[in-house]
Amino acid sequence: MSTKVEKDQVSGTDTTGHEWDGIKELNTPLPSWWVYVFWITVIWSVGYWVVYPSWPTANDYLKGMFATTNRTQLHETMANVAAERAPYMERLAALDVSEITNDSELLNFSMAGGKAVFADNCAPCHGTGGSGNPGFPSLQDDAWLWGGTLEAINETLHVGVRWDANEDTRFNDMPAFGRDELLERDQIEDVVQYVLAFTDRATDTAAADRGAVVFEENCASCHGEDAKGIQDLGAPNLTDAIWLYGGSKETITETVMNSRRGVMPAWGGRLDEETIKMLTVYVHSLGGGQ
Amino acid sequence: MLLKKHHIVEKNVFFLILGIFMTIIIGGIVEIVPLFTMEQTIEKVEGVRPYSPLEQAGRNIYIREGCYNCHSQQIRPFRDEVERYGHYSLAAESMYDHPFQWGSKRTGPDLARVGGKYSNAWHVAHMIDPRAVVPESIMPGYPFLAERKLNFDDAQAHLETLKLVGVPYTDEMIEAAKADLYLQASEDAAYDDDFLARYPNAATGDFDGNPAELTEMDALVAYLQVLGRMVDFTTYNPQMNLR
Repeated sequence: MSTKVEKDQVSGTDTTGHEWDGIKELNTPLPSWWVYVFWITVIWSVGYWVVYPSWPTANDYLKGMFATTNRTQLHETMANVAAERAPYMERLAALDVSEITNDSELLNFSMAGGKAVFADNCAPCHGTGGSGNPGFPSLQDDAWLWGGTLEAINETLHVGVRWDANEDTRFNDMPAFGRDELLERDQIEDVVQYVLAFTDRATDTAAADRGAVVFEENCASCHGEDAKGIQDLGAPNLTDAIWLYGGSKETITETVMNSRRGVMPAWGGRLDEETIKMLTVYVHSLGGGQ
Repeated sequence: MLLKKHHIVEKNVFFLILGIFMTIIIGGIVEIVPLFTMEQTIEKVEGVRPYSPLEQAGRNIYIREGCYNCHSQQIRPFRDEVERYGHYSLAAESMYDHPFQWGSKRTGPDLARVGGKYSNAWHVAHMIDPRAVVPESIMPGYPFLAERKLNFDDAQAHLETLKLVGVPYTDEMIEAAKADLYLQASEDAAYDDDFLARYPNAATGDFDGNPAELTEMDALVAYLQVLGRMVDFTTYNPQMNLR
């Protein structure tokens, strides 16, 4: 292969000097500005090694002039954030959850903070704005399983519902009357008619009358004689038209047959005390707070 | 001028080989040397354990369904991430992951600490039809997971293979792999001290709302419920591991 550099007649550019079967290649190198920039970046990188963490060494690595690390930077950022929030956080820590609402500035702070925390942690189950989903209660109405006062909401947030990892968790256990054969099939049909009658939807009044006895003997101890629910036991009111799992005859029958065991995680430990207080105030404000 | 001399490097075989050699050496050092310092890189923490057979089965389904295409499992050390997801991920938390699921694509949220954040029932409802609980979600539904029986007959072989690449499964764990698979999804697991000693902090009980059958849903939810829950951060001192 010859290496005879010659000037191309048409373009006036030098060839590379190579020739393949009469085909020659023009030598058009990168523009000189590009090459200069390239070498400047190479030189720049040396400065970078000095200032920032770079090469690995036998047992460690070069830490750079300022020993910068992501984690140190984060700890500094978070310390600044904490300092900014400290005036509010200290008051939140000192105040009882029921006293927060008296302090309008703190209330604003809590509402904004609570809203943000709710969106990530609570909204997946309870819905954006707390509108609820089947099996996950609405937080906008005034029907509360475990109480809708600020204190009760705060407690529920801390301990969760049927959350095994928390020993103080809210807990009740409705029997599976059908699955565990505690009631006969027709007894279940009767008591379902009786429950439907609370909202004037019984289709068989005779069955509903028979169901009253079944209810009295099996259900009233938790749901109350008047079926209006007992909050200390987490037993829902059956006389309103609000249903956690649905109020159709089929759904109520399924509930009596197999029971329901809704679970809510305990947030104590996962979120800090002040955040839970903010969340309490926010949830309380959604419409149903008592 | 440098530009004019460049052709010497490309036209002289010796210089070209030398140049290639230098480039590979530098690249190699940068890639390989950190592996020798891994012992110091991985934080010394309490609580990280190998996955239980059921969690490992769920992890395989997670990978099979390509969850990593939309979900990362790495909370980066930035304020917005830490405020939303909790403590930034530690290297130690994924030291038994083969392969790790850190990811860099977040169409959905990060899952590094999703364990214990939502109830099993929510995970199942959400997996069957994401829009049933999160109307704005664009995640596809995976309803078939609740119907497919979990096929993990080779649980023991999986654990043995992972042991080969350095996951510290004990002989006892490998021996009990098949039994543990079914045990974890039953109510008995919560009272089985041997199981809890092997896999502390494991979520137990029926996961998919169907105690009669061990489904792929059981496995996947068991896996999701342990993510990010192994390290006890109340005993962790971040000042020891600044980097």
